[in-house]
Amino acid sequence: MLVRRVWPSRPAFDSPFGGFDQVRREMLRLFDAVAGETSGDIGAGAFPPLNVTQDDENFYLRAEVPGIEPDELSISAVRNRVSLAGKREIPREHDRVSYHRRERAEGSFNRTVTLPMEVDANRVTARCADGLLTLTLPKAEDAKPRQIAVRT
Amino acid sequence: MAREAGTEIQKAEKAGVLTAPEHTRPGPIYSPSVDIFENDSSITVLADMPGVRSQDLNIDLRENMLTLTGRVTPAENAKESDVLREYHPGTFYRQFALSDTIDRAKIDAKLTHGVLRLELPKIEKARPRQISVRTD
Repeated sequence: MLVRRVWPSRPAFDSPFGGFDQVRREMLRLFDAVAGETSGDIGAGAFPPLNVTQDDENFYLRAEVPGIEPDELSISAVRNRVSLAGKREIPREHDRVSYHRRERAEGSFNRTVTLPMEVDANRVTARCADGLLTLTLPKAEDAKPRQIAVRT
Repeated sequence: MAREAGTEIQKAEKAGVLTAPEHTRPGPIYSPSVDIFENDSSITVLADMPGVRSQDLNIDLRENMLTLTGRVTPAENAKESDVLREYHPGTFYRQFALSDTIDRAKIDAKLTHGVLRLELPKIEKARPRQISVRTD
C-alpha cells in the first residue's frame, strides 16, 4: 500500500526541541489552512480582492483592479465603513477576430469593509496605479488609543 | 463565463502555477487571466497583471514560445500589520506556444492600468491569402 506522508511523521528524538518543532509545524499548517494559504483565500468569489493593513496613523486598503479606469471607481467612507463600487468593462474588439482564450471577466462590483476603528472620512486619499488601488484612511483622532501615564 | 453587461463580476481565483523550470525567487507565482484573439494580420494577448510596473514586466519570444513574467513589488511598508488579507502579491508567469510565425520587429506591448496588451503581427507569408480561381 502506498502511504502518502503529508508531513514528516518521524518522531524527532534527535533534538530536545523536536517535540516543540512538530507542534509548531502543526500550528503553522493549521494557521495556513485558516488563512487560506492552502485552500482558497477568505472572501473568495468577491471581486476585487482586498488587503487591509494598518500602522499607528492609518489604515491602508489595497485592491487589485486591473483594467478599471480610476474614474469608474466610486469610493465612500463613513465612520468605520469603506465602500468600493464600480464596473469593469472590457472593450469590444471591432474587427473580425476569433478568440482562443477568454478568461478575463467583466461586470459590476460592490464591496464594503468594516474597519476595527473609525476613520477620518475627510482625509481619506485614493491612488490608483498599475491596476492597484490604494486607499489611505487616517484613523480618527478620538478613536486612536491614548497612552496613559501612570503616576507614582 | 457570463460576459453580459450588468452581471456581477466574480473574483477570478488567482491560479497558482508550477512552472517547468522551478523558480528560485521567493513568493507565490500566479497565472494571469488572459484573453487571446487573432485576426488575419495579428494575434493579440490581453493579460491582467495588477501591480506590475512596466519595468518589472518581461516579455520573451523565443522560437514560438511566448513567456510573460511580471514581478510585483509588495506595496506594504515594514510598519504595517495585516487586518484583512484576501490576496498575496506574487509573480505573474505564463507561457504560450504560438502557432503562427510572428514578425518580431513589429511586436507592440502596452501596459495600462495593470493590463498588458500585446500585439503580435504575423509575418506576411503566414497570413492567409485569398486565391481567386480563374475561369477560362
